[in-house]
Formats: sequence, structure tokens, C-alpha cells
Amino acid sequence: MNNTKYKLLLIGLVAGLINGLFGSGGGTIIVPALVFLMGVNDYKAHATAILIILPLSVISTIIYFSNNLIPFKTAIHVTIGGVVGSFLGAKLLNKIPINILRKIFGSIIIYTAIRMIWK
Amino acid sequence: MMLILIGFLSGIISGMGIGGGTILIPSLVLLNNIKQQDAQGINLIVFLPVAATALYTHYKKGNIEFMYAKSIIIGGIIGAIIGSILAAKINSSSLRKFFGVFLLLIGIYELFKKKK
Repeated sequence: MNNTKYKLLLIGLVAGLINGLFGSGGGTIIVPALVFLMGVNDYKAHATAILIILPLSVISTIIYFSNNLIPFKTAIHVTIGGVVGSFLGAKLLNKIPINILRKIFGSIIIYTAIRMIWK
Repeated sequence: MMLILIGFLSGIISGMGIGGGTILIPSLVLLNNIKQQDAQGINLIVFLPVAATALYTHYKKGNIEFMYAKSIIIGGIIGAIIGSILAAKINSSSLRKFFGVFLLLIGIYELFKKKK
């Protein structure tokens, strides 16, 4: 095995670990890793990250399910909203200044993080 | 209704490629008093149909780097198994705090990342 292959396996290991442990966040590892370590452009990195995280999330879902960690009744409501919202988000993608949005998002995330830690 | 709204808002964010789970999980935990592991489980379920749809669109446009994806998925499967088993074993309040620290790092990265 060459160096690149080791690097890719390691990126996967870390992303899978995070995505399994937190039920999210695999993309936040894979996208920058593909962009900065592999030189993939930002747009392709996002698309490729989805292909990677989908099977990992299926595996995590099975393990969560077998440990009774998925409340389906709640999940159905959230999924309905989520599917509709993500269509709208994808349509809005090229119509609003995403960089400003990212700064707002970053600030909300930091505030939320502190509340999660001190709850 | 509240749950649909939370799903809707995090769906918009994730459709833009910013990361819906980082909004959805804390909203469920802080606003609806759902246990950390359950919130994570809900996020996994919500992600599946949304990701499958997005993937189909990206595939048709030829945006996917299959060459890199294969090896990352192999490493990822091992990681996903270990991570998910850990999540089931850790107590809920510790997991919430670890999640909070991870979220803090994402927030700092988003704020200080250089524009392309």
C-alpha cells in the first residue's frame, strides 16, 4: 500500500469514528481533508463526502437501532421537516451570500456549544 | 409542530452544505429535552433520505471522486463501528459535553476559515 492509501484510510477512520460517536460531523472532517490533503475542489469534496458518509451512517444507524437509541416517532416528524428544508436550502444555495451565512452560523454554533457543555 | 420546524430549519442549513446535524442535535437536546444519544440517532435517520437525494443529483452532474471515496469508506466503516459502540456505552451527559467541545471546534473553524 502506498502513502496516499494510508492517508485515505486514516481520514476515513477518523471521520467514521466522529460520525458514529456524535451521529453527525463526518463531513466536517472529510471535506477539509479532501480539500487540503488531496487537493480536491470544494464543490467536489462536498459531493464526495456525501457518498462516503451515507454508508457510514447506515452502519451507525443499525448499531444505534440495536441499542434502542432511535425514537422513531420523533424522528418521523423531524425527517419530514428535514427533507422539505433541504430542498429549499439547495435551491437557495446560489442565491444568498454564503460566506456571511457561514460567519453567522459559526457564531451560533459557538454559543450553542457553550450551552451544551454547561447544561 | 416544533419538531417539524426544527427539522425544516436544519434541513435548509444542510441543503446549503454547512452541516445540518450541528444545528439539529443541539436543538433537540436544548429545546426538546431529548437525550443526547436519541438526538444523534434522530440525526442519523434524517440524514439518510436527504443524503440519498443529494447524492443522486451530484452523481448525475459527475461531481463525485470515486477514486478517493473507496479507501476512505473502508477506513470509515471501521471507525463508524467503534464510534457507534462507544456512543451507546458513554453516559448521556458526558457525551453531550464531548459533543459540545466538538461543536466549539467547528464553530471556531467556521469563523476563522479563510474565504476561497
